[in-house]
Amino acid sequence: MSIGAAGAGGVVGGGEAPHVLAVDDSSVDRAVIAGILRSSQFRVTAVDSGKRALELLGSEPNVSMIITDYWMPEMTGYELLKKVKESSKLKKIPVVIMSSENVPTRISRCLEEGAEDFLLKPMRPSDVSRLFSRMLP
Amino acid sequence: MKKSLFDQGYLDEQFCQVEDLQDEASPNFVEEVVTLFLKDSGRLMSNIEQALEKYPRDFNRWDAYMQQLKGSCCSIGASRMKNECMSFRDSCGQGNVEGCMRAFQKVKREHAVLRQKLESYFQLLRQAGATGAATRSIK
Repeated sequence: MSIGAAGAGGVVGGGEAPHVLAVDDSSVDRAVIAGILRSSQFRVTAVDSGKRALELLGSEPNVSMIITDYWMPEMTGYELLKKVKESSKLKKIPVVIMSSENVPTRISRCLEEGAEDFLLKPMRPSDVSRLFSRMLP
Repeated sequence: MKKSLFDQGYLDEQFCQVEDLQDEASPNFVEEVVTLFLKDSGRLMSNIEQALEKYPRDFNRWDAYMQQLKGSCCSIGASRMKNECMSFRDSCGQGNVEGCMRAFQKVKREHAVLRQKLESYFQLLRQAGATGAATRSIK
């Protein structure tokens, strides 16, 4: 598997593993997050914007979780979260927000809007284990 | 050589987390991530340099760009560079133009040194890999 496959719109892995959609405008962070999820045996699609995430969600029915960065140009992770939760088709998909900044008001706002969790970057494998044991069957 | 990168503070434990993700399915994962980082950080620093010139005293803009760069540094464990990014952001918060300029020069220096050290490190790894393969084939 090469990192390029987890770039602007790449799929890693296969089979029946849960499918996680990772959204981050940073190519470095996408690569690391995809690597962590892959090592935890998840199927990963990594995209670089909220817009691309919504396009994929429109065509890919089997996303088990969305992990999105908070600060992204054009559409923030919070705005993506709102769109997902407003959609009758998508609202049941758990959404996790990541940020490099620990801003309590930001965290509360995301959780109030329906985010399952808020992670501080950099993401670690232990974050993934904790999240997924709680959220995925 | 890797130990000196940690002892001298160029890298921190996050780099080990990235290394732990390398396996048989992704045998070059670390080098690929570092390559992405060097490319991405070069681009971000160029953006900052242009912003410092084109948007005088636009501390919000400068800070926003530097926040992205700092984020990348954190993701791969580029500790010294991250610290200089934070100094820059502190100067932005204080409205200190000279402080920003000084800090940015330090960010650039740390980036250049880190690039050189990481490139040497991966070159050594490749040589060690080639030597190991040659030794195994001789046996």
